[in-house]
Amino acid sequence: MKRRRRGTWIGLGVVASLAALSTTVAGQSLSDVQKVAKERGLSTADLLAAAKTYTPSGMIDEYLIFSSGGHSGQVFVIGVPSMRLLRTIAVFTPESWQGWGYGTGNEILEQGLVNGKANLWGDTHHPALSETNGDYDGQWLFINDKANARVAVIDLRDFETKQIVKNPLTLSDHGGAFVTPNTEYVIEGGQYATPLGSTFDTMDNYQENFRGSVTFWKFDRKKGRIDKERSFAMELPPYWHDIADAGKLVSDGWIFLNSLNSEMATGGIQDKKPPFEAGASRNTTDYLHIIDWRKAEQVYKAGKVEMVEGFPVITLETAIAEGLMYLTPEPRSPHGVDVAPKGDFIVVSGKLDPHVTVYNFNKIQKAIANKTFSGKDPYGIPILDFDAVVEAQVEVGLGPLHTQFGPDGYAYTSLFLDSAVARWTLGGSYGAGTPEPDWTLVTKTPVHYNVGHIGVAEGDTVAPDGKYLVSFNKWSVDRFFHPGPLLPQNFQLIDISGKGTNMPVLYDMPIGMGEPHYAQIIKADKLHPWSVYPEIGWDPVAQQMDPMAPKPRMERVERNGSTVEVYMTAVRSHFNPEHVTVKEGDHVIWRITNIERAVDATHGFALPQYNINLSLEPGETATIEFVADRAGTFPFYCSEFCSALHLEMMGYFMVEPRD
Amino acid sequence: MSVIDHILGPRLEPDLVRKHALRFGLPGFFLLAARVLLLVSLFLPYWQLELHAPQYPDNLYLIAYVNHLEGDVAEIDTLNHYIGMRPLEEAARIERSLGVYILIGFVILLELASYIHTRWAVLLVLPALTFPGVFLLDLYLWMRHFGLNLDPEAPLSTAIDPFVPPVLGKGAVGQFETIAMPGPGLWLSIAASGVLILALYFHRRAYLPLLRRQKEQSQKEQGN
Repeated sequence: MKRRRRGTWIGLGVVASLAALSTTVAGQSLSDVQKVAKERGLSTADLLAAAKTYTPSGMIDEYLIFSSGGHSGQVFVIGVPSMRLLRTIAVFTPESWQGWGYGTGNEILEQGLVNGKANLWGDTHHPALSETNGDYDGQWLFINDKANARVAVIDLRDFETKQIVKNPLTLSDHGGAFVTPNTEYVIEGGQYATPLGSTFDTMDNYQENFRGSVTFWKFDRKKGRIDKERSFAMELPPYWHDIADAGKLVSDGWIFLNSLNSEMATGGIQDKKPPFEAGASRNTTDYLHIIDWRKAEQVYKAGKVEMVEGFPVITLETAIAEGLMYLTPEPRSPHGVDVAPKGDFIVVSGKLDPHVTVYNFNKIQKAIANKTFSGKDPYGIPILDFDAVVEAQVEVGLGPLHTQFGPDGYAYTSLFLDSAVARWTLGGSYGAGTPEPDWTLVTKTPVHYNVGHIGVAEGDTVAPDGKYLVSFNKWSVDRFFHPGPLLPQNFQLIDISGKGTNMPVLYDMPIGMGEPHYAQIIKADKLHPWSVYPEIGWDPVAQQMDPMAPKPRMERVERNGSTVEVYMTAVRSHFNPEHVTVKEGDHVIWRITNIERAVDATHGFALPQYNINLSLEPGETATIEFVADRAGTFPFYCSEFCSALHLEMMGYFMVEPRD
Repeated sequence: MSVIDHILGPRLEPDLVRKHALRFGLPGFFLLAARVLLLVSLFLPYWQLELHAPQYPDNLYLIAYVNHLEGDVAEIDTLNHYIGMRPLEEAARIERSLGVYILIGFVILLELASYIHTRWAVLLVLPALTFPGVFLLDLYLWMRHFGLNLDPEAPLSTAIDPFVPPVLGKGAVGQFETIAMPGPGLWLSIAASGVLILALYFHRRAYLPLLRRQKEQSQKEQGN
């Protein structure tokens, strides 16, 4: 059945150009296709795009997009080429379907307290898949919350958030999350400069007291957690830091970090001073930061750090003295800094300059060795001479932002102002892969509209796949029905499997759930997620068996003084026990195991009057604790439609009043 | 002649065996083959039930070995509880706990049978010979017992009448189509039964003449 339908659709693509095609199923002949195409106003190109993307029931996508969810505080998982949303992953924000913050994940959300207070919204920006030897390994996903300078760890065995770390030094981050080629560190560059730890100060002391920072979170792959005790940070000048990327292969051991406002403008439009937008754009260049993280790690391990907010920080002075950091001019107001697959070129684009600027890592090393400096910044950091380190500048169009790479020597850059994606050729050892001359613009495909990041299949690894590019557009304007004035963003799938100017848009996917920023695209067969938890009684927070997990035939309610412990199981279509009676004021510890082994047999546990809703996947155990402070009779029920007798899957929680 | 000699039957003289190697070798060979088949069958499924339903694109399977159940036991139990069928683990407990020992017992009996050259050998062969039939009969009785004794308090007890699921072939319950079929283990034990029939045939061909001669001889001796 599946095969026949797939065959029909592959045929469809060819239909428009091939006149003769014999079909077998009534009402599904070539003339029927032409009739429908005519009725719907579809062109041959549209039919071809449909054939490339249409994914019949049961066909699994070849790639997965892990997209930031922007202000939704989540991660979106989307199939390619179908562009179907598979899942949202709750991260920084409560999410009631997954029970995130309503009984499950509460302790993880609490790890993200900001100065001891709950901050339950996030603005996820840059997902980073874990890497082995510079290639995605499909095991972990990291994502930053730009709004609150937090980084989360997601386990790709169950697609759930396992850890949130709050950066103690900065309140906002943009240069994260990025991983080093073997996921030794997760990099988090701070964004807006403040005094480290965000203590009070005024703009008068901006240059003296305000600072930037970049944090190296040590990832313990065995534990699957960031190890704060082995993490450190580096103090940076009070420029605003944008995005970062880690070197790979020849440039392994280094990171590259963009900055803006190297003018150190302090704004003040209300006092008739130049606003930030003017003051921070005065110079034609800002600084690309080039940081030797391996050397920095040695300096940290040697104890040459100062503790700030209880966190080890390599000071600017130490960083300069130890030769850990260099600057070089880059086009102002830069966005992307992207390392080419072999690690040899670093592509930077400043959105007010129509060029991409390509730096050569070997030239950078030579300039460092020969001290080819054009000066020092106000804090004494050596500035590498621009001409000594640059390899090429390629005019690609207006508003260049971010660059990704294909497998064949093409690079792709998003053009915000042109609202297009540019394809251009790399030079050097990549040059032979493309028919066009080195370092030239090949073509531009218009996108709709205002593209931010782009993602090519595995396009930021040592081994890009090419094939698909997704343009993460900020505006959709006229692409979709207007669901009120708040419009969805538009993810546009582009076919980059051809060469030269052949780079058509295939499909538009509206994103009406937040404003995504970056996304990474991984081959689906690199992931090996669980379909059900490995054993009955699994604690997804610890990713191991919960020794206290309720088991079948051991369901019970235990009372110890004013503490009541419930050991409950859930299976189609009943909870056991179904009656739980406590006294008002009792401390209730309620453990529930979903004892199902069938794929997709998820149960919910909703106790709405206590603000509880759990999603219990097959095998999962959850524990909730609360004080029964509301007397009354409260039905609890399964909130996932689990079976024909789903409505009957309920029980009563009775809280007897204290007199 | 003692009772034991009477049961064991005539012993063979080496010359005779050498002369008629095939004739006296075949019964032992087939008995050995049956023992091997039965021993191998211990490690293979005896019976398999396939359940088809729209929401289970990969089907559900119940696979029965001589001593244990495999497959989607938990899921089938979960579904069965709706119609009030008892958990599968409660079926044929004794049979499953003894299954391996019983089969090993059969193998020992067959081993013994190869030393007996009278019709008493049939008695030792008979349990193994009838085993496949007994297995299916036992299975039928359990399925009948389970199917006819549904819990009247079960959620769907009013929707489903007691029924006897077929031991072999197709059946239907609710949206499920069931297909029951013998497993390779059962096929091996059936093959063992066939081999045992051959063994008995060749046993008779080899030893009956000897027995007759022995009888004639003893009659002669009595006549003298």
